[in-house]
Amino acid sequence: MNCRECTDFLIDYLNGDLPAAQQRVFEGHLELCPPCLTYLESYRATLALGELVRDEPSEPLPDAMVHAILSARALKPESN
Amino acid sequence: MAERSENGEGAAGEVDFVARLRAGDEAAYAELVRAQGGRMLAVARRLLRSDDDAADAVQEAFVSAFRAIASFEGGARLSTWLHRIVVNAALMKLRTRSRRPEVSIDELLPKFYEDGHHVDEPSEWKSPSQLDALERQETRNLVREQIDRLPADYRTVLMLRDIEGLDTKETAELLGVTPNAAKIRLHRARLALRGLLDPHMRARGAL
Repeated sequence: MNCRECTDFLIDYLNGDLPAAQQRVFEGHLELCPPCLTYLESYRATLALGELVRDEPSEPLPDAMVHAILSARALKPESN
Repeated sequence: MAERSENGEGAAGEVDFVARLRAGDEAAYAELVRAQGGRMLAVARRLLRSDDDAADAVQEAFVSAFRAIASFEGGARLSTWLHRIVVNAALMKLRTRSRRPEVSIDELLPKFYEDGHHVDEPSEWKSPSQLDALERQETRNLVREQIDRLPADYRTVLMLRDIEGLDTKETAELLGVTPNAAKIRLHRARLALRGLLDPHMRARGAL
């Protein structure tokens, strides 16, 4: 396995989807290749940074929007 | 209160709450909109990056949900169901937008020599878990900006899977592609985003 192939397998590796034999080859490459290990860590960090965006606190809906949404419902009696 | 019945982890409370909605209880609808609307607006803003479009998407999502409440099945949480509906409403809006010129994904992917070695040796990153509160906010803005630089198809798949937390099957269905195609696109989107973040996240660099 080379670095390009190692990069191709990252998503399956992190999902736990690599067959056992392929996983051994993948991990064998990581042991011998510090750049790929560093790359793997930054790929993992990219996912963690996505969670940072997802976890942003939300603010309450402005009253005007609440009223507009409830008014839209009131206009649609069939929506019950 | 909607906060308790809808967000209080009480399955029985949620069943009662849904029954009130189905019975046309106006107070329950008001509680639902106040309890869930803020989160739904945040989802729509993340996907659409426009306050006006996000507000429209949330309104359309609630109207759809009100019409469909009779078909809501108790298997999912109400909040999860509403999340899917607002994601769908936002995606519909995204599809109607004219596409801006965008960079090819190939330009954002890592480069390799013919023998398969990295052209640019990867650098260590500052750990996201070590960021303080101010850095977290700055980094959150940075990540959003870099996600917005991805080509639209890649931005969307990354938003759905890694930000909104949909699974591959749901994402593939929404995008009209096979699960394998969604996975490959997601992987390329992550590689591209990693590359865009790299100059900012290197351990010795300033954020």
